[in-house]
Amino acid sequence: MTELLIASIFQENLALSFFLGICTFLAVSERIETAFGLGIAVIVVQTITVPVNNLIYNGLLIEGAWAFIGLPDIDLTFLKLVAFIGLIAAMVQILEMSLDRFVPTLYRALGIFLPLLTVNCAILGGSLFMVERQYSFTDSIIYGFGSGAGWALAIVTFAAIRERLKYSDMPAGLRGLGNAFLITGLISLGFSAFAGAGL
Amino acid sequence: MAALMKHISTPLINNNPITLQILGICSALAVTTSLSTALTMSLALTVVLCLASGLISLIRNHIPSVIRLIVQITIIASLVIVIDEILQAYAFQISRQLSIFVGLIVTNCLVLGRAEAFAMRNPVVPSILDGLGNGLGYSLILIIVGSIRELLGAGTLLNYVVLTPVSEGGWFEPLGLMQLAPSAFFIIGLLIWLIRTFWTQQKEAVKFELRTRSVRS
Repeated sequence: MTELLIASIFQENLALSFFLGICTFLAVSERIETAFGLGIAVIVVQTITVPVNNLIYNGLLIEGAWAFIGLPDIDLTFLKLVAFIGLIAAMVQILEMSLDRFVPTLYRALGIFLPLLTVNCAILGGSLFMVERQYSFTDSIIYGFGSGAGWALAIVTFAAIRERLKYSDMPAGLRGLGNAFLITGLISLGFSAFAGAGL
Repeated sequence: MAALMKHISTPLINNNPITLQILGICSALAVTTSLSTALTMSLALTVVLCLASGLISLIRNHIPSVIRLIVQITIIASLVIVIDEILQAYAFQISRQLSIFVGLIVTNCLVLGRAEAFAMRNPVVPSILDGLGNGLGYSLILIIVGSIRELLGAGTLLNYVVLTPVSEGGWFEPLGLMQLAPSAFFIIGLLIWLIRTFWTQQKEAVKFELRTRSVRS
């Protein structure tokens, strides 16, 4: 349990060792406040979608799931992409509406980033890893939370470093995107030091 | 004809999806540990991008704008499922190595981005060519990064030994770092620096100008 949590936050960090959600990672890291809001949104969405996708996959798509109505040979696993992306889009929509209704301050803070999570590959990637590694339902709750927290940690760190580098004098060709890549590489190098570290 | 060819040539360097538009970076970084996975991924993405742009452009006048994202995602996801099944059937080994990244073409911002920015507003033929051009621009970067990482990380190219490693009596010491995640970031970062040194119009403007220090006499 704890090993899975630690591994999903540090060693197998979605952003830094699997490069998931890097587009958003590079685009929304100019300021710490927005990066923090986006990080929280990713944690919430990831903690909900990975376990629910686990239920859908094991309850409806996997071979033999329809045995209870006498159709044991049906294997719908090839539909997982469409099912997952549909569920993620629906979840993000529901989350958006309920936040708007019950926690309007957080809703306003997240703004445009909430709907954009639908096309964030970290979210879909988390669900696909859950299938590939055959996590159980409890494992998938922990993995969902851990991988979301890892992504949030990475983007907040990155935004903090970028804020400090605003005034630095660097070669013109390296300004902006170029140095963003180099910094992410260095953070990623730091995170890979966790590989093999256990508790 | 020249106008049509422009759709293919511009995205190669002048408007490259990875180094300028910041689209589709996630997969570009992850699948470049060897040249063969990079080639397979480039091929898969280019095919999906061409077909998706063509199909979306074909029905662009019939999609209500409220649900256009869902329609686009569904079209892309169906195409990706087809590609994924083909890869699993005919190139199982490579499909294992690509792991979840073929499936992640669905959320690849490059496909959705071009559908939204180009295919929704243009006729079929230019859209397909735009898809092809952007696919090739993406492939170009993937192939460069993949070659560098495989050559320096293992001394091979497409599994043929180019630089004989020390363990087999040669002189080349493989750089383990090249097989790890951070090297992909460094190589693309340096590549962007290189491109922006020669194509200077791509440089980003200074957001926070430093005042030049005045010398007191």
